[in-house]
Amino acid sequence: MIKSTTPSLAPRRVPTPAASWHDRKHLVQIGLLAVLLLAPLSAYLLGHVYYVNLASRLTLIAMAAVGLNLAIGYGGMVSFGHAAYFGLGGYVAGISAYHAFDFTPVIGWPIVIPGSDSMLAIWLATMLVCGLLALVIGTVSLRTSGVYFIMITLAFAQMVYYFANSWPTYGGEDGLPIYLRNSLPMVDTQDPLTFFLICFGGLVMSLALTSRIMKSRFGAALTMARLNETRLATAGIAPYPIRLVAFVISAMITGLAGALYADLNGFVSPTMLSWHMSGELMVIVILGGVGRLYGPLAGAILFVMMETLLGGLTEYWKLFLGLVLLLVVLFAKHGVMGWLAGRERP
Amino acid sequence: MTLFIEQLINGLQLGTMLFLMASGLTLIFGVMGLINLAHGSFYMVGAYATALVSAATGSFLIGLAAGIAAAAAVGALVELIVIRRLYHRPHLDQVLATFALILIFSEGTRWLFGSSPLWLNAPAALSGSIALPGGSRYPIYRLVIIAVGIMVAVGMYWLISRTRLGMRIRAGESDREMIGALGVNIARLYTLVFAMGAALAGLAGAMVGALQSVQVGMGEPVLILAFVVIVIGGIGSIKGALYGAILVGVVDTLGRVFLPLFFRQFMTSSEAAGVGSALAAMLIYILMALILAFKPKGLFAAND
Amino acid sequence: MTDAVLTLAHLNKRFGALQATRDVTLDLRPGEIHALIGPNGAGKSTLIAQIAGSLKPDSGGIHLAGQEITSLSVAQRARLGLGRSFQVSSLAEPLTVLRNVMIATQALQGHSFRFWKPVHRDESLLTPATAALERMELTHRADTPVSELSHGERRQVEVACALALTPRVLLLDEPMAGLGPEGSARLTELLETLKHEVPILLVEHDMDAVFRLADRISVLVAGGVIAHGDSAAIRANPQVREAYLGD
Repeated sequence: MIKSTTPSLAPRRVPTPAASWHDRKHLVQIGLLAVLLLAPLSAYLLGHVYYVNLASRLTLIAMAAVGLNLAIGYGGMVSFGHAAYFGLGGYVAGISAYHAFDFTPVIGWPIVIPGSDSMLAIWLATMLVCGLLALVIGTVSLRTSGVYFIMITLAFAQMVYYFANSWPTYGGEDGLPIYLRNSLPMVDTQDPLTFFLICFGGLVMSLALTSRIMKSRFGAALTMARLNETRLATAGIAPYPIRLVAFVISAMITGLAGALYADLNGFVSPTMLSWHMSGELMVIVILGGVGRLYGPLAGAILFVMMETLLGGLTEYWKLFLGLVLLLVVLFAKHGVMGWLAGRERP
Repeated sequence: MTLFIEQLINGLQLGTMLFLMASGLTLIFGVMGLINLAHGSFYMVGAYATALVSAATGSFLIGLAAGIAAAAAVGALVELIVIRRLYHRPHLDQVLATFALILIFSEGTRWLFGSSPLWLNAPAALSGSIALPGGSRYPIYRLVIIAVGIMVAVGMYWLISRTRLGMRIRAGESDREMIGALGVNIARLYTLVFAMGAALAGLAGAMVGALQSVQVGMGEPVLILAFVVIVIGGIGSIKGALYGAILVGVVDTLGRVFLPLFFRQFMTSSEAAGVGSALAAMLIYILMALILAFKPKGLFAAND
Repeated sequence: MTDAVLTLAHLNKRFGALQATRDVTLDLRPGEIHALIGPNGAGKSTLIAQIAGSLKPDSGGIHLAGQEITSLSVAQRARLGLGRSFQVSSLAEPLTVLRNVMIATQALQGHSFRFWKPVHRDESLLTPATAALERMELTHRADTPVSELSHGERRQVEVACALALTPRVLLLDEPMAGLGPEGSARLTELLETLKHEVPILLVEHDMDAVFRLADRISVLVAGGVIAHGDSAAIRANPQVREAYLGD
């Protein structure tokens, strides 16, 4: 054993050259959140409900991408199947509401699980169900890495997609309507602005959670698992369980966003599970800047703006999305956040 | 029994189509280390070019030749403009850039040719059917597809194991630095391999186009099945692609027909159809998970 | 033999036709440096991989402080006190030196499923990590990203990471490689004092360093140990001279 030499407990220095960068990053982060909060507020006051709902959509896509960013950006796990959790969250909301509407149980045997139109119950169920699915998919997929991992996560998401497509009880390929938006105690979730604020709360919570987690011991281990797996194992920490837990948390965040997304649209269909959805979530993470805390938000703003502006000009707007994406991938690796807030220090 | 034989042949036919897709994908990964989502777009390009040229000339064969040529040309062009910038990039970048290519190809095609499907008819000479043992009849065209698939498989085996190009491909698979040192023009080899993969995808699209409709997005379900195939077979292995394709083709086809029939033994027929088809849709993915649980690198892992 | 901290008993490992490890038996005792030398291709890397846990031997057993570790994972062995450094630097380049070392102290304090407390204020991680850095004379580089370090400094960080585990055994894979005479001399000095705290299994190409440092030397040729003894005995051994020193 090593005799502990008296350690110097000099106060840890904060490296000074990074200070200005630090400030700029925080300004950009606060700016993004402020724009996201103020735009729908003013739209609401001016009576443009459409824009409030658009902001809710943007917020939820950003939140789903925050979940994915935990896997891809922080964990180095390139999941091409996060639509599975997004869509499954949507289906939990839809199925629960469907049974609450019908007064039939979701599961009648061996234990009775009744339907519910309470968002709190739905969120809890979403986290459980998405967490379980991610645990199963992650257990198999994380045994592999690289291209295998990408293709396997894609394949499992397709499995869920085809299952939803061909299972007739909940509408099959036609999807499932949610006739009345699910409820919260003492809050009118029907009101567009109130619902936006719920979504905004969800986004802020998931950002705060991600930030906190990445500063913790778990985050340190996850970072090392991404940067240098061998180093982590040599330090006595097995990488596999660390990755698996991060994958599950990531799926839960994306799933919650999906549950809210179904409530926003009053509708859930296999489209939410499709691989285009997985691809778009990845695109948002990359457009914003991979592994940047606020990257998903910046990416979602860019994505929804392109969709709204270009989509208004031409129905083939995805052609231009493709071109922009191609240019970003080939020539601007650090995304919007890299451009707005400077390079990230890991 | 007749139904079984018929479905088995259908499965083989799907398998040979999957092999045409998967062999290109796996070759591109094996030689260049590139994951290419846009492979389904070449399938679509092949089908569109075949449908358009067939309609204009009245000849399926000329159309088919045009389809293969168009897919190869588009493949080579894409490689020259985009793909070669991606070889040394992380897989994430490759996935996103080729996802972007899908968006560009799909929306571009929709813009040029509209959303309604084109129709492509199999040549009249192959439109008949022949008798199967057991009395039912089976369309000749589908058998021809299987024959073409087998010819391609044999051709690829010959190309890779017997020719100079094949030797270079094998060298490229085992050691990318080495092959440059040997004085082979890597850039040209890569373009050639990529165009070859695209041509195979175009061939598959053209032939399947005559069975189904030719439309935007037609390559995507096939692409994902081809991914399952190469994951099962082992990424980079042509042999794995062949076995994986036939396994997936047969299991998927038989599952879709026989699982609902199986559940009808103890359920009402509408319930059986629901459970059976839902389970059948998941069958190959479950198969993939099982194989990976025992062999994380697939059945015939080529390069570790 | 009974007081040995690390023992390898009759290890064998075969890759197809190649017998990479052939009935290797050796041990490491408290307070010593046991050097493992051998020409290129003698199977040193394969042997190290089996000790560290990234390769499983076909047969034979490995014990660490009396406990059988033959079938444990790399991480489990590390937690039991097997510290190692790598031949090719294996640090997280973008992270600071301190962060690289802290990850090793983290594993010592139970599991890493702690999601809330920020590590940058966690004294129970900072204190031992800082101590390990001080031990390796790296305190002034604590906040420097590894990517900005010199080759020699990286070697020092590697050893600091291994030390931060408070290991029972140090497994050093060619720590002198690429160090230059001055760095090499400093490290030699350091290992000489270190061995009294933790015994070292040293794989090294630098023969001067080996003959100066090692209390015992085992010579590996074609996967098997052909000679074993102190510096003088190894120098004099005709078999070694023939097989290894190229006479």
